[in-house]
Amino acid sequence: MNTPIQFTVNGNRQSVDVPPMKRLLDVLREDLHLTGTKEGCGEGECGACAVLLNGELVNSCLVPALQAHGSRLCTIEGVSTEGQLHPIQQCFLERGGAQCGICTPGMILATHHLLDKYPNPTLEQIQEGLAGNLCRCTGYMRIFESVQQAANTISP
Amino acid sequence: MRSDVSLYDLSAPPSLDAALAILAKEPGKYTPIAGGTELMVALGVGRLVQHSLISIQHLRELRFIRVDDKAIHIGAGTTFTDIRRSQAIAEDLPLLIQSASWTGSIANQNRGTLGGNICNASPAADTPPALLAYGATVRLISASGTRTMPYSDFHLGYKKTVLRPDELLHSISVPRDFSDYRQYIRKVGTRNAQSISKIALAAIAKLEGDTIADIRLGAASLTDRPVRCSATEAALQRQRIDGANLDATVRAARAALATEAKPIDDIRSTAKYRAAVAANLLEEFLRSL
Repeated sequence: MNTPIQFTVNGNRQSVDVPPMKRLLDVLREDLHLTGTKEGCGEGECGACAVLLNGELVNSCLVPALQAHGSRLCTIEGVSTEGQLHPIQQCFLERGGAQCGICTPGMILATHHLLDKYPNPTLEQIQEGLAGNLCRCTGYMRIFESVQQAANTISP
Repeated sequence: MRSDVSLYDLSAPPSLDAALAILAKEPGKYTPIAGGTELMVALGVGRLVQHSLISIQHLRELRFIRVDDKAIHIGAGTTFTDIRRSQAIAEDLPLLIQSASWTGSIANQNRGTLGGNICNASPAADTPPALLAYGATVRLISASGTRTMPYSDFHLGYKKTVLRPDELLHSISVPRDFSDYRQYIRKVGTRNAQSISKIALAAIAKLEGDTIADIRLGAASLTDRPVRCSATEAALQRQRIDGANLDATVRAARAALATEAKPIDDIRSTAKYRAAVAANLLEEFLRSL
């Protein structure tokens, strides 16, 4: 049975009528056509589906739609503004922090969450902040460098 | 195979009382779901057998950290992130902070709850060894009242607990008078981040000179449930750890632990490895005193 669910996604009010146990990931991709959020493992291990829920990093594959009712969501589509890449995105681009791109939306949002907590993170804090985001292309060093450059750009 | 989510029902009762009334009305029909870091994984792979769920994730009554003179009281709906942000827990219960920090990733710590970690009742769960070593008590609540008990009595077997179908775990209370104890915790997994324990040991001990005056041990993946190692604790009471006696004390500790270690072979490790490493961790702690 479907349940009406309302939330704010990237600043826009949205209403959907979906099964309450539908994964937030699938609501975003199938009902709202926000396909920037990716599915990797579907088990909360890889972070490809990470979004910000009321400012907290979560894996959207593990959030039942009903638990997002009334919340404020930010997906990768909401990170850039007015056609301008966010400094985090720009730094991933410049430092080669993205290759195939599947992990990148989650990496960007995990970085966003990390830099909210620690504007000038240590390497250890970066490693912990991104430990839930798996990348099979870059080997992580370029991702760590991208995060460091983003921190330097945003909070010099 | 993916579950058909249209076959699952989930509601969000407006209060703790409302949730308990639903559980009391049809005991066993509804399964509580908090952060979803366990049940949603089962849903994703088509293995969630419970089809009627009630969300307790939003209940403020279950999400608190209260400190009094004797103990820190932690609501079952408190997330690992909440725990890591608590100055009081950081000061008084460092082993709990450490175990919360190695539970899953940041995204999972933002959602997963202490109550879920306990009630899911995995023998490999991260926070139980610390809670067992600290001698925590649990408070269970239902529409007909509350009951409290030592946490060491909560687990009955593999994924089995004393929790009745109409009950929820309300809170965990942890004594906070450990300033004169030496404290130790170590988890052995496949990698540093978000691994599931092959074996884990939490230990605290108070010394009088070279003599162990009190020692408490909690372990994960050592038996079919999170367990307090009472026989080993008993064997170590009043034992001496000075240079002349330390080797004998370590030998006695390893022998005692072997009597209560009942690990299993599974995809993550072997029983032999787990028993050997558990004894090594205990020895590491004793030699650090």
